[in-house]
Amino acid sequence: MDSFFLICSLYLGLLMLLSLYRAIFGPTVLDRLVGVNAVGSKTTVLLLLIGFLYHRVDMFVDISLAYALLNFIAVLAASRYFQKRKGLHDELSEE
Amino acid sequence: MNSMPVKPSPPGKIGRGSPKKSPLPFLASFVLLFLLWVVLSGRFDAFHIILGLISCALVAHFSSDLLFSPEDFQGMPRKAVGFLAYLPWLLYQIFLANLHLLRLSFHPRMKYLIDPYIVRFRTRLRGDMARITFANSITLTPGTITISISLDGDFKVHAIDRKCGEALPGEMEERIARAFGQMAVEGAALNRNGKR
Amino acid sequence: MDLIVGFLILFGFLFFTGGAVGILRFPDFYSRLHPAGKLDTMGVLLSASALALYNLHPFSLANLLTSFKIVLIVIFVFLASPTATHAIVDAGMRAGLSPWKKGR
Repeated sequence: MDSFFLICSLYLGLLMLLSLYRAIFGPTVLDRLVGVNAVGSKTTVLLLLIGFLYHRVDMFVDISLAYALLNFIAVLAASRYFQKRKGLHDELSEE
Repeated sequence: MNSMPVKPSPPGKIGRGSPKKSPLPFLASFVLLFLLWVVLSGRFDAFHIILGLISCALVAHFSSDLLFSPEDFQGMPRKAVGFLAYLPWLLYQIFLANLHLLRLSFHPRMKYLIDPYIVRFRTRLRGDMARITFANSITLTPGTITISISLDGDFKVHAIDRKCGEALPGEMEERIARAFGQMAVEGAALNRNGKR
Repeated sequence: MDLIVGFLILFGFLFFTGGAVGILRFPDFYSRLHPAGKLDTMGVLLSASALALYNLHPFSLANLLTSFKIVLIVIFVFLASPTATHAIVDAGMRAGLSPWKKGR
């Protein structure tokens, strides 16, 4: 089962590279944000898999949970920031 | 739920805020936070439990206004049961629609299949909880993303093709209305509770 | 048991792959949000719950607690992912980016 988890982790890393393309070359800032969000949600699972590889799931599950929280807050803060900076001409349409 | 005997006011609530505040939001957030503490700490000796009790009481005292409002608790058990009954259908729906999006994203001629447009409609759901559930369900059901909700319930939804967009206000809204004990069609429901 | 776990993980990774490919292929960022926000959520749901199941195998209280934490991650992702998607879409709307239309 360990080699299966190893292959899964490597494959997940490949998928993260694909998402990283969008985060680096995205045409707009928000495209980069989408890419970063995708990388973050894959990292949550990757951390769990690393925990199984090292047989220390009890430790890595906490790191993974913290990473999920951090990813969520980072995406929220970044999207609020870019909306303030770039959304000057659409302030009237309140939600 | 309102006929519940009044609990003694929780400790640490001295002389701040109105004295007649309902203790229910504090209790609910306290129980929630303490469960989270127990799961996350994973130690059951007296020292850690007492530490958890103290910090949960502090956090619940400061932030119970943010988490729950007192009118959320009217008919709370029935709402919870309705929500739990709604979840399996939502999961099934998410699964179906995920397969659709998966096929779309691997399709070689994808740009001819998708046709993004924006749907606007007005919901009949009342209450913040029901609307938040509806908006999150729309976003989780692929093909559609909620863009904004106005105060009187106007939804703006970005749909990825015509089929996803046209199915929109229908069955999901009815099911959420049933789960939260609101009538979906005016006058069609028998058991209306005089909420809001 | 291992068979079920492996099957669930592979199925979840299928969704992850769809999400990554969709992010690369869709024409504008509104439609890119669809695979990013949802296929990834489904992938996390399937593969993380498979890992929780696998972790339960030598049954003990500590393992049960760890599995419960993994389930907690899944619940959190299910709450947070639509919210993050909504925040990004809202930012795009207010920045005035117009959606991609067919036939342009």
